[in-house]
Amino acid sequence: MVLQEATIEGMVKDLPLPSDVKQTLISDSVKASVNKKQMGEIIEKLLETYDKSCVEPCEAVGVISAQSIGEPGTQMTMRTFHYAGVAEINVTLGLPRLIEIVDARKRPSTPMMTVHLDKEYLEDRAFANKIAWMIEATHVEHLADVTTDLPNMQLVIDLNEKAMNKREVGIESVMEKLEHGLGVSVVQASEVSNQLLIKLKEPSYRELLQLAKKINTITLKGIDGIKRVVVRKEDGEYRLYTEGSELKKVLEIDGIDPARTSTNNIGEIYEVFGIEAARNAIIKEATDTLREQGLEVDVRHIMLVADIMSCDGEVKQIGRHGISGEKASVFARAAFEVTVNHLLDAGLRGEVDELNGVTENIIVGQPIKLGTGDVHLVSRNPLQG
Amino acid sequence: MSKFSLLDHEFIPHHEIIDEDEIKSVLKEYNIGREQLPKIKIEDPVIKEIGAEVGDIVKITRKSQTAGEAPYYRYVIE
Repeated sequence: MVLQEATIEGMVKDLPLPSDVKQTLISDSVKASVNKKQMGEIIEKLLETYDKSCVEPCEAVGVISAQSIGEPGTQMTMRTFHYAGVAEINVTLGLPRLIEIVDARKRPSTPMMTVHLDKEYLEDRAFANKIAWMIEATHVEHLADVTTDLPNMQLVIDLNEKAMNKREVGIESVMEKLEHGLGVSVVQASEVSNQLLIKLKEPSYRELLQLAKKINTITLKGIDGIKRVVVRKEDGEYRLYTEGSELKKVLEIDGIDPARTSTNNIGEIYEVFGIEAARNAIIKEATDTLREQGLEVDVRHIMLVADIMSCDGEVKQIGRHGISGEKASVFARAAFEVTVNHLLDAGLRGEVDELNGVTENIIVGQPIKLGTGDVHLVSRNPLQG
Repeated sequence: MSKFSLLDHEFIPHHEIIDEDEIKSVLKEYNIGREQLPKIKIEDPVIKEIGAEVGDIVKITRKSQTAGEAPYYRYVIE
C-alpha cells in the first residue's frame, strides 16, 4: 500500500536530521510513492549514511578549515583592485580583502553600501536619483567656484544654478549651512545673481586663507563620508551603490528598504544589526571574495571561522589580538607570534600551563588530545571478575 | 514610515528569549552550563529590540546553507 504524504511526514518529523534533508526526503518519497516497508528501509539507510558523513568526535576541524581556506588562498592575487560587479565603484578584492575580513578591521579600505529601494519605487528612476542625491555628500566644490578676493578681503562663491537644480539644493540652505559650519555671515551679492560673499569681521590674510580651505569641508547636502553614489538597474529594479559607508544614517532615509540595505563594513553591521548579522556578513563577504577569484571553499569551513570570530558576542579577529592571543595556554600563545614577550610575561606573572591543548603538548612532546589520543581506555581486570 | 524591525532584515535571523524549561533541556542536551554557551552582549541591537536581560538565553534560528534551518543558543552577558 502506498503511503500518504501525511503518514510520511509523521514518520520523518522526529528523525535527528537537518530540516533540509527531511524536506527532500518527504518530497522524494511522495514522488516515488513508497510503501511502509520501503519507507522504513529508506529511513534506516539514510540515518546510517548521515551518521557516516558527520564529522567524527575529536576530529581537528579547525586545522582542516585552516588548510581548506589557506591552500586556495595561495592562489589568490596578491594585490587586486576590481570593480564590484559592473558598477564603477572600486573595491578591494582578493587576498587583501580576505585578510581584512579575518583581521576584523574596524574600517575596510574600501567601504561600500548597497541600498535597495522600497517596493513602490523599485522601477522609479527619478526617485532613485533623488535618493542618490540625498545620500551623496554635496560640497561647495560641486555647486560653485570659490575665489579668494584679496583686495576686498572676501570669499566670492559663484553658484552654478544647473548643478544646484540637479542636486535640489536651494540658495538659502547653502547660506544657512555655510553660516552654521563656518561661523561667519554669508550675504548674497547685490549686483550679480547666484553669487554669495563671505566677508571677515576683521581683515586678516591668514583667516581668509584658512576659510578658503575650510569651506570645502562643509557638507551642504547628503551624508558626510559618502563620496559617490551609482544608480544601476539590476534584476528589474534600481539599486544604489555607494562609495563610503554610513549605514545608520542611510537607514533613516524614507523610501529605502531597510531590510535589504547592507554594507561590506563588518564592524558597522555589528554595531547596527548585531552579532548574528555580523556572522552572516563574514560568511557572505569571505565566500564572495573567494568565489570572485574562482576558488570554491566549502561553506562549512568559513562558517566555522565566522562562529569562532563571533562566539564571544563581539567580532574578534583571528590573530594576536583575538582568537590566538586569548588562548589559555602560554605555550600555545608563544607558538603563534611574539614568542619571547609571551614567555617573559608569563614568567613575570607566574602563569601555569595545564597542558590541555594540542600545541602545548606537541611542544613538550606528549601525545595530543585529538582523534584516538583523546580517548581513554579503561580495562576491567579479569582476575577481579 | 513606521520604524522597521531589525528582525525583518535579511541578515538577521530570528531571535527569541526561551523559558527555564527549554533552557534546562538545551543545557542537558549539550551537557554544559550556561556560561559555556556562546555569548551575546546586552548592548547588541537585536537584544535591545527583543528586550532580553543579562542571564537570559536567546534561541537563534539561523538559516543555514548546509542544514536549511539550525538552532543556536547565546547567553546574554554584560
